[in-house]
Amino acid sequence: MVKILACLCATLLTVSSVAAQVTINGAGASFPYPLYSQWAHKYNQVTGTKINYQSIGSGGGIAQIKAKTVDFGGTDEPLTPEDLDNSGLIQFPTVMGGVVPIINVEGIKTRELKLDGITLAHIFLGLVNKWDDPAIKKLNPDLKLPSQAITVAHRTDGSGTTFIFTSYLAAVSPEWKNKVGAGKAVKWPAENSIGGKGNEGVAGQVKAVKGAIGYVEYAYALQNKIPYAQLMNRAGKYVAPSIETFQAAAANADWTKAPKGFSLSLIDQPGDNSWPIVGATYILMHKEQPDAAKGKEILKFFDWAFKQGSQMAKDLHYVPMPEKVVKMVEDSWKEVKSGGKPLWP
Amino acid sequence: MKQHALLEKAAPEVVLAPAVRPTPALAALGDRAFRWLTALAALLVPAVILAIGLDLFLTSYPALAKFGPGFLLSQEWNPVTQEFGAASSIYGTVMSTLIAMALALPLSLAIALFLVELAPPRVSQVVGTMIELLAAIPSIIYGMWGLFVFAPLMATYVQPFLKKYLGFLPLFSGPPLGIGMLTAGVILAIMILPFMSAVARDVFALVPNVVKESAYGLGATTWEVTYKVTIPYGLVGLLGAMFLGLGRALGETMAVTFVIGNAHRISFSLFAPGNTIASTLANEFSEATEPLYVSSLVALGLVLYLVTFLVQVVSQWLLRRMYRSWSVGL
Repeated sequence: MVKILACLCATLLTVSSVAAQVTINGAGASFPYPLYSQWAHKYNQVTGTKINYQSIGSGGGIAQIKAKTVDFGGTDEPLTPEDLDNSGLIQFPTVMGGVVPIINVEGIKTRELKLDGITLAHIFLGLVNKWDDPAIKKLNPDLKLPSQAITVAHRTDGSGTTFIFTSYLAAVSPEWKNKVGAGKAVKWPAENSIGGKGNEGVAGQVKAVKGAIGYVEYAYALQNKIPYAQLMNRAGKYVAPSIETFQAAAANADWTKAPKGFSLSLIDQPGDNSWPIVGATYILMHKEQPDAAKGKEILKFFDWAFKQGSQMAKDLHYVPMPEKVVKMVEDSWKEVKSGGKPLWP
Repeated sequence: MKQHALLEKAAPEVVLAPAVRPTPALAALGDRAFRWLTALAALLVPAVILAIGLDLFLTSYPALAKFGPGFLLSQEWNPVTQEFGAASSIYGTVMSTLIAMALALPLSLAIALFLVELAPPRVSQVVGTMIELLAAIPSIIYGMWGLFVFAPLMATYVQPFLKKYLGFLPLFSGPPLGIGMLTAGVILAIMILPFMSAVARDVFALVPNVVKESAYGLGATTWEVTYKVTIPYGLVGLLGAMFLGLGRALGETMAVTFVIGNAHRISFSLFAPGNTIASTLANEFSEATEPLYVSSLVALGLVLYLVTFLVQVVSQWLLRRMYRSWSVGL
C-alpha cells in the first residue's frame, strides 16, 4: 500500500513539475531521512532543484529502485556486488551513524549501565533474563540492579537498524551468529520479546515496559530522552555513544579495501574510543540513466551534500564521510552514463 | 407492470407530458436498461470480493506450494532462513478475539438492559450517547492510549493482582509486562463494546411493551421479565450484535499492533506478547522484499479473508435457523 502510494506521489510530482524545475524522487531507508530532508530543503533554496525523499525503509528503497519507480533509492543494508551487477546499479555511502541500546530500568540513569557485546547478545538471546543476573552484576559492581525480568524490544518491520544491530551481535557472539544471524528482519529468540514498528515504535515500547531493553538510532534515544547504556568496545574500554565515538570507529574503516558498492562493515572496530555499533547508509542509482539532465542533477546534489552538508550531518548526530572516501565515491560515479556518455564529472 | 399500465392510461389527461413521453417500446427499453444497470451495480460487490480472493490466492500460491498445509500449523517465522508458518498469528487472532468477546458480551448486555429497562430516561440518553461516542474514537488513539496509559496500569495493578490470586493457572503465569495478549483483548473489548451494546439496546427497545407488561401482570419480577421474556425475545438480534463485534475484533489492526507485543510465538500465558494476522501484516508488509516473504504475508491475509468469510456464513446460517425456531422473535 505504502509502495503504491509512494509511486503515485512520485508520478504525480513528476507530472506536475515538468514545466517547472527538475524534480528528483528518492525513497528508502528511514535512518538518514532527517538529514536527507534537511539537505534537500537547503539544496532547493540554493539551486531551485527539488529533491523528494520518501522515508519508506531500506527494503522498500531497494524494491523501488529496482522497479525504477524512483530516481534513487536509499538503504542501510548494502547490496552485494553481484546483486548490484545483476540489477545494473551503483551504490555509494553518504553518512554513518550509530545504533545504541536503550533501557528502562528503575533507578538507572542514562550512561550508567555498562554492557559488553557478549552480555548484550546473551540478553537478546534470552539467556540472561533478569537485570540482577550475575553477568550484568559483574560489569556493574556499583549499580543497584533490581530483580526484574528483562524484556527485549525489537523492530517488527524490516529495518537497516536491525541489520546493523544484528550484524554486531553476530560479530561478537558465535551463538547469535549460528542461532539467529544478521538481517533486516530476524527471528527473535528471547522468551520475553516484544516488537514495535519503526525506531519510534521500539522507543515507545521501551518507555512503556519496565525492565525493557531495545535498540534505536542514536538520535531517537536523544529525542525521546530514553536512558542508554555504555558498551565495551573491541579495545576493552567502555564508551558512550556520541558523534566523537562514532567518528573514532569510522576513522578505522579502510575504504580502499571495500568491494564494489562500498559495502564495508563498521561494526566492532578497534581503537580505545570507538563505539562498536556503527553503520553507513547507502544510495542506489541505475548506471544507465534514461534522462541525462536528471541523472547529472542527482550526482550534483550528492556532490553538494558531501561538500556543503557536513555540518548539517554533524548537527543531526551523523558522521560525514571522510574527504578521501568522498573522492573514491565520486570516482565511482564515472560508471553512471546516459546514452553511453558519462555524466560525471 | 400494473403501475405502468395505469400510468399509460392516465397519461393522455396530463397536459404537459405528451410531447416528451417516450413511446411504449422505448419506455420498455429504458426499463430494461435500468434493470441491467442496477444489476451491474449489485454484481460489482460479489465481483470485487471474488477478485480479492482470487488475487490473494494467486499471490500466496508460492508460499502455500512451498509450505503446504504445514503453513497453518508451523509457528516458525524466520525471515533469515525464509521459513514461515501462520500458527502463532492464527492463535493470536483467535485468542485476542475470544478475550474481547468474553469481556464485551456480558458487559454490553448489562449496559443495554440497564439503558432500556432500568435507567431513568435522562440518564439512559446521556449514557447512550457517551457509549456511541466511544465508537467514534479512531483505533490509533486506542492503540496509543493502550501503549502509554493502559499497558503500564495493567503491568502495575491488574496483572500482579491476577498473578497473585490466579497465578496457579498457566493462563496467568510469567512476568507482568503490561504489553501482551491480555491487554490486546481488553482494548479490543473496549473497542467493540459500543457496537454491541448499541445493537443490543435497539433489540431490547423493540421488545413490545405488551409482552413485558403481561409478564409483569403475572407477578414476575424485573429480573424474571428480563431473563425469561426480554432476552429470549431478542435472542436473534443479540446474536447479530455478537457477530458484529466478532467481525470487528477479528480484523482490528492498529490498536492491537500497539499493545500485543508483536512476537511470533504461541504462549499459553495471557501476559505473554503475541501477534495477530492483522498486526503481522501491518508490521511487516511494507518492508518485506523477498518474494517468499511477501507471498507468506499474503497467505496470512488469505487465512484472515477465509476466517472472516466463514464467520459471516456461520452467523447467517445460525441467524436463519434461530429465526425459524424462534418465530416469535424480531
